Amino acid sequence: MTAPPGAAVRTAGLQKTYPASGPRPAVPAVQGIDLDVPRGEFFGLLGPNGAGKSTTIGMLTTLVVPTGGTAHVCGLDVVRDAVEIKRRIGVVSQNNTLDSDLTVAENLEFRGRFFGLGAREARKRADELLELFGLGDTRGGNPFEISGGQAKRVMICRALVHGPEVLFLDEPTAGLDPQTRTNLWEVLRELQASGQTILLTTHYMEEAEALCDRVAVVDHGKILASGTVDQLKGTAGADTVITVAYDAPPPDRIHALADRTGISKVEINGGQVRVFATEPDGLLGELVALGAAEGVGVTDASQLRPSLETVFLTLTGRDYRE
Amino acid sequence: MTAPVLAPPPPARATLPRTFAAMMAREARVMRKNFLSTFVRVLVQPVMFVFVFAYVLPKLGGGAMAGGPGGPTFSTILVPGLVGSSIIMQAMMAVIFPLMMELNWQKSITDRALAPVPIPLLAVQKILAAALQGLIGGLLVFPAVLFIHADGQAPEVHVANWPVLIVVMLAGSLLAAAGGLLLGTLLNPQKVQVLFAIVLLPMTMLGCVYYPWSALEDIRWLQIVSLFNPLVYISEGLRAALTPDIPHMPAWAFLLAVLGGTVLLTWAATRTFTKRVLT
Ligand SMILES: Nc1ncnc2c1ncn2[C@@H]1O[C@H](COP(=O)(O)OP(=O)(O)OP(=O)(O)O)[C@@H](O)[C@H]1O
Ligand SMILES: [Mg+2]
Repeated sequence: MTAPPGAAVRTAGLQKTYPASGPRPAVPAVQGIDLDVPRGEFFGLLGPNGAGKSTTIGMLTTLVVPTGGTAHVCGLDVVRDAVEIKRRIGVVSQNNTLDSDLTVAENLEFRGRFFGLGAREARKRADELLELFGLGDTRGGNPFEISGGQAKRVMICRALVHGPEVLFLDEPTAGLDPQTRTNLWEVLRELQASGQTILLTTHYMEEAEALCDRVAVVDHGKILASGTVDQLKGTAGADTVITVAYDAPPPDRIHALADRTGISKVEINGGQVRVFATEPDGLLGELVALGAAEGVGVTDASQLRPSLETVFLTLTGRDYRE
Repeated sequence: MTAPVLAPPPPARATLPRTFAAMMAREARVMRKNFLSTFVRVLVQPVMFVFVFAYVLPKLGGGAMAGGPGGPTFSTILVPGLVGSSIIMQAMMAVIFPLMMELNWQKSITDRALAPVPIPLLAVQKILAAALQGLIGGLLVFPAVLFIHADGQAPEVHVANWPVLIVVMLAGSLLAAAGGLLLGTLLNPQKVQVLFAIVLLPMTMLGCVYYPWSALEDIRWLQIVSLFNPLVYISEGLRAALTPDIPHMPAWAFLLAVLGGTVLLTWAATRTFTKRVLT
């Protein structure tokens, strides 16, 4: 793949506010996002439900009109050069948007033809892709009568028919079983290895960690932090997070922990105590013992080693799964 | 799974005309697949209609339903009307049903919108494809209404004016398709049932399908209200082209309405469609 110079994706202060409609007030879904994704990179937008991931992808793929800021894909403006951008990108959306009037193979064939391939070329390309992705058996089937994992792979094939410069994937593994998900990861890794630029959204920490060169953590339409996974862990989330839920107000002596070296922060929220520590050895046991000494029992306890999950906890103070 | 060592695609030439043609080719493929069911759906209603009114009733002795001895047979009046209503029904259904799916179910319209064309062109493509189906619907009805009748009840039809016939059939199909796209983008899916009950049915019943517009003279208010019904102009235009001896509207009137309406509705539908697709 020839990689022309310049960033694959670049945004500055990108915003989208969905206008109010009826009783629903306006929704500021994306509130000033700056991205710079070089060609060849595997970039991840990581955030919980409603963070604004799909809206951002929508703007980059020309289907959502920004209400502020700028966005360029392959050096082209998403508003002014929408058609040219569409020629150069492949998109796998969150839902199954395959064409239910066509078979699986026809879906790919016509996608190829939409992008300028001749009928015979397009059919050949469709067959090659289906074979390559292990979908040969589904070719004559209806795209809504195949498994979710197969449908996702068909959508990826469809997005690749015309050899896009940038591939956008919106939560590609949501709703897939773990086995299927790992298979899909393998496919995506190999694609990147072949030089494909990929921008993916996910709300699975481990997915971003497993796949992405760089990650931007988004929440409420803003980027909280970005960088390589290691950088993020090194700055925002170097800590191990220990969470202990007591069955009564936590023991007083916990407050003193905050001053100890190796502990960065102690958060107390009702009966729940969260300790952010760079030196977590023995800490969990100590927290249990502290409670026991004052007659306070422990109902739940967990220890998270530094990961994107702890990054998120550190940045937002919220549990990612909430 | 084998490693997707993906070969680059053959060089593509995604010019707007090529993409547009490919989109139409997709429609043709789908039409071909559904041909039999479409065929049946298109034909049942008009065939039943001519069967009852041009065959059964005349046999029962109710033959003088229209005109009188020496006047035109009812089937002569029916031919243009049934062709016109078939055009309208088929074109509107051809655009509305898929659109409802695409706009609401899985929101697959976002995917169609990723084809490398401007969104308004996508709207035009939808109109053209549906118009084509309307046109086919109209053409399919011809043989049915020409050949099903009792003895002596044959319609007296001949093409008196080819240009008018072609213009009315083509523009009528486009008009209906554009109207369908407009309604489909304005209405939410729950209201589509209602659309068929309170818009399409009255429109076809009162679309001068079963009588010429001039015959409404005795019900003046209905004659005037009918002028808001686009089907009236298509039926009357087809009467002018096929059964010129039956009284019909002047050419300027139906041509103005059909052509003007097509331009207006296409413009409006293109706008509402673009608004729905680009959020
Ligand atoms: N068309 C729309 N009209 C109004 N509000 C919208 C629209 N689309 C999304 N929103 C709102 O914008 C916010 C961001 O939504 P978005 O779909 O971008 O989030 P997301 O990160 O993709 O979430 P998820 O993980 O659930 O897919 C949400 O509050 C959502 O309700
Ligand atoms: Mg989303």
